[in-house]
Amino acid sequence: MADTATTQPVSTAALRRQMLAEFWFYFSENRGAVIGLFVFLALVLIAIFAPLVAPHSPFEQYRDATLLPPSWLEGGNTSFLLGTDPVGRDILSRLIYGAQYSLFIGVFVTTLSLSTGILVGLIAGYYRGWIDTVIMRLMDIILAFPSLLLALVLVAILGPSLTNGMIAIALTLQPHFVRLTRAAVMTEKTRDYVTAARLAGAGPIRLMFRTILPNCMAPLIVQATLSFSNAILDAAALGFLGMGAQPPAPEWGTMLAEAREFILRAWWVVTFPGLAILITVLAINLMGDGLRDALDPKLKRS
Amino acid sequence: MFGFLLRRIAVLIPTFIGVSVIAFAFIRLLPGDPVALLSGERVMSPERHAEISAHLGLDRPIVIQYFDYLGGVLTGDFGTSIVSKSPILDQFLALFPATVELSLCAIIIAIVLGIPAGVIAAIKRGSFFDQSVMGVALVGYSMPIFWWGLLLMILFSGMLQWTPVSGRISLMFFFPPVTGFMLIDSLLSGQKGAFASALSHLALPSIVLATIPLAVIARQTRSAMLEVLSEDYIRTARAKGLSPLRVVGLHALRNAMIPVITTIGLQIGVMLAGAILTETIFSWPGIGKWMVDSVFRRDYPVIQGGLLLIAGIIMVVNLIVDLLYGLINPRIRH
Repeated sequence: MADTATTQPVSTAALRRQMLAEFWFYFSENRGAVIGLFVFLALVLIAIFAPLVAPHSPFEQYRDATLLPPSWLEGGNTSFLLGTDPVGRDILSRLIYGAQYSLFIGVFVTTLSLSTGILVGLIAGYYRGWIDTVIMRLMDIILAFPSLLLALVLVAILGPSLTNGMIAIALTLQPHFVRLTRAAVMTEKTRDYVTAARLAGAGPIRLMFRTILPNCMAPLIVQATLSFSNAILDAAALGFLGMGAQPPAPEWGTMLAEAREFILRAWWVVTFPGLAILITVLAINLMGDGLRDALDPKLKRS
Repeated sequence: MFGFLLRRIAVLIPTFIGVSVIAFAFIRLLPGDPVALLSGERVMSPERHAEISAHLGLDRPIVIQYFDYLGGVLTGDFGTSIVSKSPILDQFLALFPATVELSLCAIIIAIVLGIPAGVIAAIKRGSFFDQSVMGVALVGYSMPIFWWGLLLMILFSGMLQWTPVSGRISLMFFFPPVTGFMLIDSLLSGQKGAFASALSHLALPSIVLATIPLAVIARQTRSAMLEVLSEDYIRTARAKGLSPLRVVGLHALRNAMIPVITTIGLQIGVMLAGAILTETIFSWPGIGKWMVDSVFRRDYPVIQGGLLLIAGIIMVVNLIVDLLYGLINPRIRH
């Protein structure tokens, strides 16, 4: 510890670089996390360049090539690498376009629940009193329902669509961010640097967002990765139940729902979309474990 | 302890009121006429509309309607299904044992496999066993269980033909429900092969439902054990010359179980959400499938009642877990 004090950089840019280097040091120690990161980056690239990567259109129905098995099996066709679905669409192309859906769902839901959760949590933790009580009771109410059930019912009210599904999932994930932010704000608020900032004349908005919030970010980032994977899983589950993205969208859960009746005849229409969900969620969870170790030594899973 | 109990219950009351407000408001938030939604009649004359409206109490002020609803709920009247015209509570009580049976089997699988796996992984930290258990647990934790269910179905029902695809028992068997638990009822019926049939129907759904809790429990047990094993009193116990089994079993495990029990309690909500998917895949006649079917049939009173009942159950289970926690860990009673 003594030598970090002497080599402490003075400028914020250098400090930031040192923090980043330290972060990468801890993150890269976790082999799984690095693998997860690379898989995730590959998925992002696939999603962005889907029109270039995909061999076929995800909607094009090759009527003379329905339920073709993967190309390495007997009866397979090399132009349909992972086979075709019951109406003759190329499964690989649909999976590639499906990556766009899943990543978008993750980004949208996490952004929505994170930003509203932070805002509400900051208010609750900063002001305390009756407003805090009301907010926390509301969060308890949301948490009293299983998330998928609440999402299902909300979608039943709003109507089945991907947007409504994402809003519903964001609502069910939000209480975790509120609780984390509130708890972090409550401990940070009593620290000397906050008092100093207040004495220097910082208003409540500046205190909340500029002074306190940056010091509460570590657990929030870890929770955000968890929410990202949860959002993808829940959205796929809603799609599977017919309450999320609607056919013919190449969303992975929806693809599984469409393939369900063919499971005993054509295993590939069921296997690959689920595998895509599993790989994506696994990669994100691996990253989440690494982030937790790197960002928050207190949470470190020894 | 009694004060702790009272405090815990007091916190639940506003939450329960909030949950009931949400369940009550739910039908009024739907697009469309609540009279038509609650009666299930699409086309009706103005007279019929007024009649139903008066019958359902929908012509009265909304606050009165809410207290009416709450009064009904507290006396066990959750309304009537549009589709089957039978009371919602009766339907729920008829289906609930199926979900409980499935969830109990799943949680037993998860505990019986998860705790030993976590403990051994912690003791043999860094070993091949530890790494594989944690790898498998991470895969299980990331598993889309609806897909996992379909895969098991392809393998065990499709290719190997070991297990049936859906339901709780083969249609060949019929006996009146006594306990509502098919495993017990089939034994009580004394019919040959009934128990085996019930067991083979239960196997896949409970494995699927157990997957995520199993992964979570194994991970949590391992990290709790690791934390406890580094404590001073464990070193003292070892230094005293106690056998490793005694150190791990008596000293470490007991303290490591405290966070694990909380985790198990928290899995109840996860299980009920998982039951929605598992029951749908395996056509298991429980409350999860009931809710999904009701959403599809637009049976709004059932969705409303089911929502409230499920939330109520989760709240009660969480209360019990809290109390157990207070019992084994006196430090948190205050």
